[in-house]
Amino acid sequence: MGANGKGQTNGHGTIDPASLAVLEKYEGQDTLTSYDRYLVQSPQCKFGLTGTCCRICVQGPCRLLEDRPERSRGICGAPVYSVVARNMTRLMAGGASSHSDHGRHLANILLAIADGKVSDYEITDGDKLRDVAQRIGLEVEGKGDKELAREVALAALEDFGRPDETPCQFLVSNITEGRKAKFNHCDVLPSSIDRTIVQMLAQTTMGMDNDPVNLIFAGIKTSLADYTGMHIATDISDIIFGIPEPTVSEANLGVIDPEYVNVATHGHNPTLSEMVVRAARELNDKAKALGAKGINVVGICCTGNELLGREGVYLAANQASQELAIMTGAVDAIIVDIQCIMPSLKPVCDCFHTRLITTNKMAKIPGAIHVDFKEETAFEQACQMVEMALEAYKERDRSKVAVPPHKNKVIAGFSLEALLDLFRAINPDNPIQVLTDAILAGELRGVALFCGCNNLRTPQDRNHLTIFRELVKNDVFVIATGCSAGAMAKAGMMTPEAIEKYAGANLKAFLKRLSEANGVELPLAFHMGSCVDNSRAHDLCTLMAKEMGVDVPKVPFAATAPEDMHEKAIAIGTGAVAMGLPVHVGVMPPIDGSTLVFGLASQIARDVYGGNFIFEPDPEEAAKKLLAALDRRTWKLRVHQMAADKFGTKPAVSW
Amino acid sequence: MAIAYDVIPYLERTDFDEIYQEAEEAIKDKMPTRLLSRGLNGAIIATGYAEILLHQAIRNLGPDHPVGYPDTAYHLPVITALSGEKVTKLGELPPILNRMRNNLKEERNFFNARLWGEATLYAAEIIEAIHYAYGDEPKVEPWTGFVTDPVLRQYGIKLVDWTIPGQAIIMGRAKSSKAIAKIVQDLMGKGFMIFLCDEVIEQLLEENMKMGVDYIAFPVGNFTQIIHAVNFALRAGLAFGGISPGRREEVRDYQRRRIRAFVLQLGEATDVQVAAHFGANFLGFPVICDQPLEEEIPDWYLHHGDYDTLLQFAMEVRGIKLATMDLDIPVNFGPAFEGEVIRKVDAYVEFGGGRSPGFELLSSVSADAITDGKVELIGPDVSDVPEGSILPLGIMVDIYGRKMEEQFEGVLERRIHDYINYGEGLWHVAQRDLNWVRISKEAVAKGVRMHHLGEILIAKFKADFPSIVDRVQVTLITDGAVVEDKIKLAREKYRARDERMRGLTDEAVEEFYTCLLCQSFAPNHVCVVTPERVGLCGAVTWLDARASHQIDANGPNQPIIKGPATDEVKGLWDSVNQVVETASHGSLSEVSLYTLMENPMTSCGCFEAIMAIVPECNGIMITTREHQGETPCGMTFSTLAGMVGGGVQTPGFMGIGRSYILSRKFIKADGGIARIIWMPKELKDFLRADFVQRSIEEGLGEDFIDRIADETVGTTAEEIMPFLEEKGHPALTMDPLF
Repeated sequence: MGANGKGQTNGHGTIDPASLAVLEKYEGQDTLTSYDRYLVQSPQCKFGLTGTCCRICVQGPCRLLEDRPERSRGICGAPVYSVVARNMTRLMAGGASSHSDHGRHLANILLAIADGKVSDYEITDGDKLRDVAQRIGLEVEGKGDKELAREVALAALEDFGRPDETPCQFLVSNITEGRKAKFNHCDVLPSSIDRTIVQMLAQTTMGMDNDPVNLIFAGIKTSLADYTGMHIATDISDIIFGIPEPTVSEANLGVIDPEYVNVATHGHNPTLSEMVVRAARELNDKAKALGAKGINVVGICCTGNELLGREGVYLAANQASQELAIMTGAVDAIIVDIQCIMPSLKPVCDCFHTRLITTNKMAKIPGAIHVDFKEETAFEQACQMVEMALEAYKERDRSKVAVPPHKNKVIAGFSLEALLDLFRAINPDNPIQVLTDAILAGELRGVALFCGCNNLRTPQDRNHLTIFRELVKNDVFVIATGCSAGAMAKAGMMTPEAIEKYAGANLKAFLKRLSEANGVELPLAFHMGSCVDNSRAHDLCTLMAKEMGVDVPKVPFAATAPEDMHEKAIAIGTGAVAMGLPVHVGVMPPIDGSTLVFGLASQIARDVYGGNFIFEPDPEEAAKKLLAALDRRTWKLRVHQMAADKFGTKPAVSW
Repeated sequence: MAIAYDVIPYLERTDFDEIYQEAEEAIKDKMPTRLLSRGLNGAIIATGYAEILLHQAIRNLGPDHPVGYPDTAYHLPVITALSGEKVTKLGELPPILNRMRNNLKEERNFFNARLWGEATLYAAEIIEAIHYAYGDEPKVEPWTGFVTDPVLRQYGIKLVDWTIPGQAIIMGRAKSSKAIAKIVQDLMGKGFMIFLCDEVIEQLLEENMKMGVDYIAFPVGNFTQIIHAVNFALRAGLAFGGISPGRREEVRDYQRRRIRAFVLQLGEATDVQVAAHFGANFLGFPVICDQPLEEEIPDWYLHHGDYDTLLQFAMEVRGIKLATMDLDIPVNFGPAFEGEVIRKVDAYVEFGGGRSPGFELLSSVSADAITDGKVELIGPDVSDVPEGSILPLGIMVDIYGRKMEEQFEGVLERRIHDYINYGEGLWHVAQRDLNWVRISKEAVAKGVRMHHLGEILIAKFKADFPSIVDRVQVTLITDGAVVEDKIKLAREKYRARDERMRGLTDEAVEEFYTCLLCQSFAPNHVCVVTPERVGLCGAVTWLDARASHQIDANGPNQPIIKGPATDEVKGLWDSVNQVVETASHGSLSEVSLYTLMENPMTSCGCFEAIMAIVPECNGIMITTREHQGETPCGMTFSTLAGMVGGGVQTPGFMGIGRSYILSRKFIKADGGIARIIWMPKELKDFLRADFVQRSIEEGLGEDFIDRIADETVGTTAEEIMPFLEEKGHPALTMDPLF
């Protein structure tokens, strides 16, 4: 923060210049955004912040204090550790529900495609279909796309509701043997996503589980169910909409073009947004007829990430600036589906001509237009929604239009397949070796996955960008998903220019080699997709582990959610810890009210699973800790290799 | 104490808890609540985690799935020692774990903390046993995981008799690799047994520190694998203390008194580590943390941040005092390096061992024939020859002492082997004119020269035998001609010594000797050493015992004026029985020296070999500490050792020294060596020349040794019977053993 106490944020909770421009325009006026509401809510309740407020039964709320014996248990006698553990694991259940339901939706569509029940969707990538089928153990020989699609869809759906104890196939087919054994022995292998979540809720009701390890392990199982749902979502999205490929586009509020009809899509599931893109192309001439240059679809949040990777659609905002997109006055309709949609969009839209259209029966907003979106009539309904935007365009109040000029080029679309294609230009036989060799040779310090949300308890994008710049300066290879990727895209970090400006000498050399071998421009950070696409990052890590002949906990790979907000982030983070990764979170989740649970997450998890949480709100400190976590792994790898050479053994199985 | 342990209420204070009273008094008004809470947290976590793993293992593998560690007779030693259950199957563990969960009383006080610690030890043992059941986290060198019974038997005695001054348990991560390497080096130099857990291991590997069984430095693993330090210590109590499994308070008392262990916690501790620390306190071991502590428990849970004085601090807290010895050599020195092997490729120079002439001779000389402290080298030094050289070697040690006697020469001469081996990078095997020495490249690079060998010998003889050794002078010869010349003198001396030994029979002497050396750790065991029966450890001959008695009249070797025998065949003397009864504190009333079948001699745990009857073959078999495989009596050495150790008489089974097999009195009443129907091949080879000689004397024929079966013939009675029949083994036609 600068001398005026406002620093880069000018007193607003963001360092994004586009966000700042909008906020400053409305400063002093009678508006309320989430930035203002954060201040209204401050100071936040300490019991809630630390997880020691129990509202699981109606006898409560009970507010506990660990250090005060008489206050250390709730009315029922629940001690601090079980209150905190229950609150945390219920967050994981929420996260797992979100991701997996997203996955289920896609599995249902794939089944509908196979059964010929929908015509607006099709199998775009048959190779990916066969890849996935093979991976989960299906016989592919001699089967047509539709037959195989049906089997894959049913296999995915079975992972939601299997009656027996067979583990979820979209989990076990994607992880190392070491992880499989670990998860089995610790009894955290989910066999059915739905049942795991239901049991999690049952386990945490009043008068149920009071054993903190048992609760946290159940939370881990739930988080692995979350992983399963993410993997299903990514795999089937690729089958239906194609695997993302490198593409050049632009990001930040400046992509909203006052000369166009602007349609913002917001949410997560490409099922809706892909149709909106198609409808916009279809109706483009109608816009021109209205005097606009055409229809400009822009993305917000993860649906923006999905469209950016597959269609090259502009990314207008990450989660915290969704309201601000409307406040540019130039968005004619915002079409939303699920997750991370602020209910405040309605009052913001009320100040403008913007149509707010909800589409999912689980996510309605009073006063918003609700379209009961059905796959069978997807395109037709998408066209209706775009028509609403065209109608609204006519009502646009030009005096209110003020789009900030900020936008940056972004090179995105780096699915795992696309990354491997890049590496293949250097090593055609074993592409992943390009990455692992660079790490083993000490050229790269490791890989870091940036993921997660915005959280207004810390200025928007500050943690993302501060930690990012610190890591790339220290030669860490960075991949990104979700709103973290959004932050980087908006700030111009996914460009070749950023390499010049921010990368350490070794990373620069590595990227240069990669760029020259492929004859293309490359970004400093590799955008791997939406938040469900963290599955792609896990796949990369698993591939590295297999190549290095070790289990995941030994791979110099770390994850960070610098501005974690959503329950999904808690589930993703917990799953990644169980996978064996060091996971930094930059905004303290409600866990530090119990030293026991805090210790489990930050220390003991590493002893058992090989991964652990690093809780650090200060981004500079966080960067140091992430680097230390990577260095610790390369150091151990080196020492274990030294010992193996000396004693003529295999490298040690320990982390 | 005679009550079966399982009916003693678990959570009552016992006499043993008196040792904590001072500390409890000191913290009474200012309870270290936060520290204690962390211990409770850790115990909750450890028992909760064990519970999850255990029940999942039972689901996966079934309740009857075997559970245990490799090569041990003590099952899951923490459980065996502290509550007596000999767990063999997964399904037996849940009630034990549940009993431990009952230890988790919430009130934060030091007494409860020790019980949380105890529960954590059980939980860790169960967690590790499950890892072994699955074959999870397999250990590669130098990591050890569970440290087996053969290692326990190799070093355990020295740990409990304090030859090894203590057990350092180091866990966590030190502030730097160099810093921990320095501490461990210091510990090794002082001869400590070291257990390492967590990242200190990698830190030491990074510094290329030597670790592993040969260095008595055990890198056990991570996290709950620290339990292998505990289950080692507890086994030492069972094996050498003669304490019955499950006698919890006696076990703790033994740990406190004989196992001089302390815990060094480096770096930030986890809750589970804090709980484990209280487990160490529970066994009487203090814990020292390098990180600042908000709260301490005096004498038991302390902070000391200065690495330079950390070891000294820990030793003071644990009450370990080292005998000081003035020895300035450029490499480490101590029992930690005794087992170190210098391979040929690592040797800078090699002496003897059949490759060049060599000998060692210790002589008693008069006062005017010696210059005290003088080391003379005749011939080239190691620095004068190129790497890979082979030199002849004569080691001549001259000793003058007012109480020195010629008959002590052989006894003292055998210590040359131990002393030279104590040097890091020095390797010595065999004795007399068969000696074989290597000096490593590393040692030479660090500056080791021939005169250092002499300095070692002078310092150690003076330190270990102050009452008989007044002056020592060493001559080292690497000149071939001089060695050839002096070796003749040496051989003359050896021959004279052997001649004297041959005249030494049980009948020819007036007194036998007791050996109570091991009573420090095996309180009821008595060895009776006679001219024809070496102590079962193989290290105390009648002459040794006699010398020792002369050196220290109140020492562990007391004469038994033997008088007339009451049964010459079985070897019974009233005098022996009287002495044994007193010396065993009444636990034994009769010992027969010449039979295995009635009141045989007891064992402390140090035996080199064990013999056991094989009724199917009407004979006896012998297995050795070195032989790890199965044997015709259906038990491995480890299992047998568990049966015969601890000072109890077990007719049909007995621990012995190897050379006792060559004695004319070897189970004379049972038929002598003709009864031997099976021995490991290695033992046959070790004894061969002398055994053939004895076979001829006994009229069994030169080839008798080849009529004895070994593991290449079979390891069960059924497998070896056809062989014995074919060879016409004499045991088959002897009187029945019973």
